[in-house]
Amino acid sequence: MAAPIDLSAALILSAPPLADWLVVLPVALMIGLGAVLMMVRKSVRLHGGIAIAGLALLVILDAGLLWRVWTHGPVTMVMGRWLPPFGIAFTADLFGAVMALAAAIVALAAGIFALSDIDASGRRYGFYPFLMLLMAGVTGAFLTGDIFNLYVWFEVLLISSFGLLILGSEPEQIDGALKYAVLNLIGTTLFLIAVGYLYAIFGTLNMADIARKAAGLRETAPLTTLTALFILAFAMKAAAFPVNFWLPASYHTPRVTVSALFGGLLTKVGIYSLIRVTIMLFPVEREALSLIVALSAALTMLVGALGALAQNDIRRLVGYVVIAGIGNMMAGVAIGTPAAVSGAILYALHSVVTMTALYLVAGEVGRLGGTWALSGLGGLYRKAPWFSGAAFLLFLAASGLPPLSGLWPKVALLKASLDIGAWWLAAAILVSAFLITLALARVFLLAFWRPQPEPVPEAAAPGGSAVDWRIALPLGCLTGLVVLFGLLPEPLLGLAQTAAEGLGEPAAYIQSVFPGGAAR
Amino acid sequence: MNTLILRTVAPSLTALMLLFSVFVLLRGHNEPGGGFIGGLIAASALAIYGIAFGVPSVRRAIRFHPMAIAGFGLLLATLSGLLSIVLGVPFMTGLWIYPVIFEVELPLSTVMSFDIGVYLVVVGAITSIALALEQEPGSDAEGEN
Repeated sequence: MAAPIDLSAALILSAPPLADWLVVLPVALMIGLGAVLMMVRKSVRLHGGIAIAGLALLVILDAGLLWRVWTHGPVTMVMGRWLPPFGIAFTADLFGAVMALAAAIVALAAGIFALSDIDASGRRYGFYPFLMLLMAGVTGAFLTGDIFNLYVWFEVLLISSFGLLILGSEPEQIDGALKYAVLNLIGTTLFLIAVGYLYAIFGTLNMADIARKAAGLRETAPLTTLTALFILAFAMKAAAFPVNFWLPASYHTPRVTVSALFGGLLTKVGIYSLIRVTIMLFPVEREALSLIVALSAALTMLVGALGALAQNDIRRLVGYVVIAGIGNMMAGVAIGTPAAVSGAILYALHSVVTMTALYLVAGEVGRLGGTWALSGLGGLYRKAPWFSGAAFLLFLAASGLPPLSGLWPKVALLKASLDIGAWWLAAAILVSAFLITLALARVFLLAFWRPQPEPVPEAAAPGGSAVDWRIALPLGCLTGLVVLFGLLPEPLLGLAQTAAEGLGEPAAYIQSVFPGGAAR
Repeated sequence: MNTLILRTVAPSLTALMLLFSVFVLLRGHNEPGGGFIGGLIAASALAIYGIAFGVPSVRRAIRFHPMAIAGFGLLLATLSGLLSIVLGVPFMTGLWIYPVIFEVELPLSTVMSFDIGVYLVVVGAITSIALALEQEPGSDAEGEN
C-alpha cells in the first residue's frame, strides 16, 4: 500500500459540472418513480398524479438537456467515474436529446389520456409503474453512449412493454403479446449476437471508441457482416419489411393508450438505433448495403400504405400507417447523405408525435362510435365537431400534406433521393404518401362525414359527446405541436440539419467522451 | 405438500436460509456472493415456507407485498447512485464512510446499499413469481384482498 497510485490513469478526478447530470437524471427519475409507484401499488388513486408530475418533470429535464447540448455540444457522463471506454458512458448529442424530449412529451400526453382510458383495474395491474419503466428504457436508449448499455435499455423497455401489452389479460391480448414477444426476443437476441461479435472485433463497447477505431479495422475485420446483423436486428425492432408482420398483429390488441405509446415510441427506438449505428459508427459499410436497405425501405412504405388501405379496424389501419412511416425513415438511412439523415430525423420526430396522436384519435373514435370497425362507424362530425377538426388535421399531417408537420420531412427525403438519382425511391415515397392519404381520407369519409349507418342502441355506445379534458388536453396539445411544426419548420429543420451533421462527422461526440483525445 | 416432515423442518430451514442469504449478500463485496445470489437464496427460503404452510401465511409473514419490496430495492439502488450528486462525483460512484463503532472500524459504502437494493429487487420479484405459482388454483392470484 506504500507506493502512491496514479488515480488519474483510471478515474475522472475533476468534478463534473452540475449541468452534466441532465444526461443521467431523466433515466434515474423514471426508474426512481417506477420504484415508488410499485411500492404504493395498491393506492391506485395516487398513481396518476405522481406519474404525470414525474413525466412533466421529465419533459423539463429533457428540454434542459436539449438546451445544454444545443449551446455546449454533446454532454457525457461516465458511470462510477471510471475513464471511458472502461466506464459506461451516457452521451447525449443533439439527435439523442431531441428524440428524448419528443418521447417525454408524448409520454406526458399519453399519461394524461390514460386517466380516462385506463380504469382502476388497469392501474392495479400496474399501468403507471410500467409506463415509468418503459420511459426509463426509451430515454436510456436515446441517451446512452455504450452499445451494450443500449441493449440493456432495449431489454428494459421490452419487458415493460410486455407488461403493458397484456394489461387486462384478455385472450386477444395474450395472442398479440405472444407474436410481439417472440419476434422481439428474436430481434434482441440478434442484436446481442451482433454486440458480442462487435466486442470480439473492437475490444470496446463505447460508441465513440468504436467510431474512432472503425477506420483502422476496416481493411481486416468483417465489418460489413456486422453492420448487416445490426441492420436486421434494428429493422425487426422498427417493423420494416420483410420483418414487419408482428406490428399489425399485436398493436391493436392492448388499451389504446398503450398502442399510442408503442406506435409513437418503440419503433422509433429501432430507427434511432439504426441511424446511430449505421450513420455514425459504420458509414462505409452502410454505403455497401444501401441498395438492400433502400429496397426494404421502398417495400415497407408500399406494404404499409396498401395495408392501411385494406383495413377495416381503425387501430390496425393506424398500425399500417406507422409501418409506412418507418419506410420513409429507412429511406433516409439508405441514402445516407446529411440532407437525407436530417430528413429521417425530422420524420422520426414528426412520427413520434403524429402516430401517438393518431392512436389517441382512434381510441376516441372507438369510444364515441362504440366500435372500431369502419363499416359500423359514422356521424362523428355531427357528434364531436372539435374532435373531428383535430382528427382531420392529424390525418393531413400523417399523409404529408401541407401545411402540417408531415410535409417537411417528406420534402427533405424526396429531394435527397432525387439528388442521388434514386428516382424509384422518390416514387415510392410519393406513391405511399398518396395511398396513405386515400386510406385516411377513407377513414374521415366513413367515420366522420357519412351519417351513422344504423342507430346504435345507447348501451352499445357508452361514450357521450361531452368534452373531457383528459382527452381534449393531450389531443389538443399534440395537434398543436403538429400544426406549429408545419407552419414554423425553420428551427426544427436547422436542428435536424445540425444533428445529422453531428452524426456524419462525430468529432464533437468523440471529443465529449474523450476530452483531449485521451489514451486508448 | 402437507407432510409432517416438511412442516417440522420448514420454519428452521427458512430461518437458516434467510440468515445465510444475508451472509452471502454481505460477503459479496470481496468474495463470491452478492445481492443477486443472496436474493435468490432468500426467495427460495420463502418458497419453501410457502410449500409447507401455504401462500397466505408467507404473505402474512413478509408483511409487505413482494412487488413493494422489489420497488423499495429499486429505489434504494437508484438513490445510492444519486447520492454522488451531492459530493460532486459522477453518477454511481462508490462512496465510502468508515465509522468506528465499539472500537471496530466498519466500512460502509453506496456499493453495499446498491447491492442491498439488488437483493431486495430479486427477493421481491422472484417471491412474487413463486407465490403466484404456488397459489391454489381459483384463489385470488394477486392476493389483493
